[in-house]
Amino acid sequence: MDQRAPNLLDEALGLVDEEKTKPWPLSSRVVLVEDRVETSGAFVLHHLLKRALSPHSSNDVVVFLAFSQPFSHYDRVLRKLGCNLTAQRENNRFFFLDLLMSEFPDGDEENKDGLVALYGKIEKVVSTSFQENKKCITIVIDDFSLMEVAANGSTNYVLDFLRYCRTLTSAFGCSLVVLNHEDIYSSIERPALILQMEYLADILIKAEPLATGLATDVHGQLTVLNKEIRDEQGSSRNKICNFHFRVKENGVEYFYPGSKT
Amino acid sequence: MKPTTSKSTAERGLYPLPIMASPEGALVVLFHMLTFREVALSLLLLLGSLSFLSYWPDVHNLWLAGVAGSREPPPKSESPASTRSTKAKPVNNNIVMATSKPRTSSFSRNLATVPSSTPGLKYGPNGTIFISSGIPDLDKILGGGFPLGSLVMVMEDAEAPHHMLLLRNFMSQGLVHKQPLLYASPSKDPKGFLGTLPTPGSSKDDKSRDRDPENENGLRIAWQYKKYFGDNQYHFDSNRDVKHEYCHDFDLRKPLEKHFISGQHIDCVSILDSPNLAALRDRCATFLAQFPRNDSSISSASRIAIQSFCAPQCKYSNKEWDMVSFIRSLRSMVRSSNAVAVVTFPPSLLSPSFSRRWQHMADTLLSVRAIPDEDKEMAKLLTGYQDMVGLLNVHKVARINTQVPVILDATTFSIKLQKRRFLVLESLNQAPIDSSSGTSYGTSASCSGSSKTGTLDF
Repeated sequence: MDQRAPNLLDEALGLVDEEKTKPWPLSSRVVLVEDRVETSGAFVLHHLLKRALSPHSSNDVVVFLAFSQPFSHYDRVLRKLGCNLTAQRENNRFFFLDLLMSEFPDGDEENKDGLVALYGKIEKVVSTSFQENKKCITIVIDDFSLMEVAANGSTNYVLDFLRYCRTLTSAFGCSLVVLNHEDIYSSIERPALILQMEYLADILIKAEPLATGLATDVHGQLTVLNKEIRDEQGSSRNKICNFHFRVKENGVEYFYPGSKT
Repeated sequence: MKPTTSKSTAERGLYPLPIMASPEGALVVLFHMLTFREVALSLLLLLGSLSFLSYWPDVHNLWLAGVAGSREPPPKSESPASTRSTKAKPVNNNIVMATSKPRTSSFSRNLATVPSSTPGLKYGPNGTIFISSGIPDLDKILGGGFPLGSLVMVMEDAEAPHHMLLLRNFMSQGLVHKQPLLYASPSKDPKGFLGTLPTPGSSKDDKSRDRDPENENGLRIAWQYKKYFGDNQYHFDSNRDVKHEYCHDFDLRKPLEKHFISGQHIDCVSILDSPNLAALRDRCATFLAQFPRNDSSISSASRIAIQSFCAPQCKYSNKEWDMVSFIRSLRSMVRSSNAVAVVTFPPSLLSPSFSRRWQHMADTLLSVRAIPDEDKEMAKLLTGYQDMVGLLNVHKVARINTQVPVILDATTFSIKLQKRRFLVLESLNQAPIDSSSGTSYGTSASCSGSSKTGTLDF
């Protein structure tokens, strides 16, 4: 909860806000979470989801595109983090789009229609929420690689979809959080998809296993690249943070390498 | 008789509260099937009467006397009735003697003893339900088995049939539990494979397993402690009641008896000649549609086994997007039904990028590898090398309804055949000499698809 000391991830994302006066710092930004087979980055999504739905910002809305898990999974995980998704869904703050089974099959028109219809759904939620004076809208895509599979591998269409979603971030001040798997593309010569995604992203979060292998008290390391931090002078610069983490049921511990007691 | 309990009763979940004195002085012996809550309640009662009488020192003395007077082992089986008559040993003070079974913590969760109406199902944490993999050791490694709704992928060794060992035991276990099965393989006659399934045998007669219940009769040192053993060892007390066993030991040399196969719901599909995967997807969908997920009551679990999914003799094997799309839909379908799907595939036949995609989709990811017969160097590095038939790697353990990863002590296990019949998994033991190269061997034992092989360089 927010009463606790802010953790390193929040600091790196600029989510630390003592007075609760500033607007949601991730608005109009794209966050890309990359993970690997050995280290899942899903906990970052859960954390951001919980932050976005936290009771302090009761004007926030989350649109969740679930390709990876059913609702019951997220519900149970978030409940242990102290956030009731079922209640939030009833309050119209959490819009869950179950895309586990949906396909956007091959064939030009059909394919585009599938994704276009999906985008239309998102846009409708976003624009109505915007009219209802909701402060910030977060769009979360759990597992972009599965979306690619659902579109039967047509990279262009899913990238178009992503770009459309990105226009929402500038038009309505939404934030867009996308999870993808880095190691899928590491063996491809010119991985257009992941390169474009990294280019589009304002904040890049990488979850990697430790180089020394698995350990019980350190589950991996996070690298947060925050592009274009504006400081007081108005100049912009990149900020990189690197720290270790340990995932627990009710939260995640973050600590600098070697500082775990 | 002695105020101790025999192992069998303790294991069945009886919490004996042998002697309980009411303040009036009458001795009452309680020996019933008590739930934990009842035990807690009666303990509270006991404490209440204790404080009422305030005879603490005497209780202590009596307890010591009871221990000292009970040096000989208790009889193996003891009917509750006889216990009731003999247990009422006169106690001089009108006080209470509590020799009920101490628990490590009153609030510890006793997952293994959650009663299940259906055999072959076990309740796990986070609302998951496990079914057995058919290999007791694998169940233990994975924390209980395969959770319902999960997709298990086994990466094959392209040159050895070790994945078949896992697949056979998985299928046999399902048939023994009368769970419906769908089996797809790239062979011409998949039904014939059912004839090669192993039958449940009992490895209890060989004494190599420690804590053998057969040893109970003999004299043993510190026999009183044996009631603490095997609290969570679900399959050790299983020879008493074969019907409700969660996980069997399978005798790989005997084929499964006919009555397990006949009259059961078994679908066999050959994926050899189908030009695309639509047919297989439909079969899986209709198979799984019979077992929708219903959290309130689980009648039965079903199993899907797909062998060598991307085998090159299949006509669709060059359509990588079709295959990955099938895996995705299979995963989604399994998620919403009471089933577990095990898919084996040779990762070397896929492009590295797609192999990664498949691995990401797996909930539980295993890989098997053969080891060469005569490898002098390895034989030097590992103890018990002669008995090994292969290596099993656990890359990922299913993480359903939780975000916490399961970190195992060891991820590489040796596959051994005990008495050439029973499949056992053991963590690798390095021979004491030359430990540095032993470590590097242990890590490079991960499968070819794993990226860790590259980054680790000792």
